[in-house]
Amino acid sequence: MDIMNVNPTRMQMTKLKKQLITAKRGHKMLKDKRDELMRQFIELVQENKRLREKVDAELSQCSAHFVNAGAVMSSKALNSSLMSSKQQTGVDVGSKNIMSVDVPVFSGVSESPNKSDIFPYGFSFTSFELDDAVSALNDLMPDLIKLAETEKSCELMAAEIERTRRRVNSLEHVMIPRYEATIKYIAMKLEENDRSSRTRLMKVKDMLLEKAHHYSEKQ
Amino acid sequence: MAKSIAIIGDSESIKGFGAVGMDLFICDDPPSSPQLLKQIAENDYYAIIYMTEEIFEASSKEREKYTERAIPAIIPLPGVRGNTGIGQRRLSSFVEQAVGSDILFKN
Repeated sequence: MDIMNVNPTRMQMTKLKKQLITAKRGHKMLKDKRDELMRQFIELVQENKRLREKVDAELSQCSAHFVNAGAVMSSKALNSSLMSSKQQTGVDVGSKNIMSVDVPVFSGVSESPNKSDIFPYGFSFTSFELDDAVSALNDLMPDLIKLAETEKSCELMAAEIERTRRRVNSLEHVMIPRYEATIKYIAMKLEENDRSSRTRLMKVKDMLLEKAHHYSEKQ
Repeated sequence: MAKSIAIIGDSESIKGFGAVGMDLFICDDPPSSPQLLKQIAENDYYAIIYMTEEIFEASSKEREKYTERAIPAIIPLPGVRGNTGIGQRRLSSFVEQAVGSDILFKN
């Protein structure tokens, strides 16, 4: 493991030790965040999958109804029947915070006073297939809005999870080992310095004693 | 705050959605769709923009600008030409991005 470019001093080591503690705490917190995000994401994705399958299946049925309606009515009549919609569907946009990810919450608002208003045409000149199609589509609206909400949430959360995972990995596999290696390097360097100064002192002491008492000559 | 719902696609696929109160943007020529999407998404008037699959694929570059934003949510829907499975692929790409491998659709 490569070490940082630092001076091997006691002060630097204390500083690095503090940083290591912070990094470890951050790593633990980010890991918890990642796990919780992942749990919520999996739930959301399963919901999304269910909605997607339902919407895909029902929309293809709706399209079939519309095609059938187009077959029995002239396309001009069909288009003009669908043109003047009485209801205007909108969504109320809120937002929800899931582990620091702001995801949108859509709730459908349909402005139609009574149920028959979903058909924007009179029944005299239109095919019953068209009624089926429009009514099926109308029933599907809540699911369509829910699908939009979950799919957008999944998209945002997937990006956040990826970011968090990268942070966790970089802390776990790069930052923390590097701190540890550097601290170890400084500790060894300090010990080494300590030993070398001790041997030097011993040597000097020997030399001074030799000078004072002349041991080697007496033997 | 109430916002509207838009749908972009070929006239054949999306005309039914007008009846349920969405705003239709007919685009019979997929290569011109990024320009249209830009116009629609710019003024923040629409919270959800549905697209048929062809348009969804044709406008992928323009769409990327909105991935980080909470709205508009841009969602692909199958058109009259049938389902190419783009919705499922999109979902599995999210799983892959988050988890690292596709654990949902692999089996």
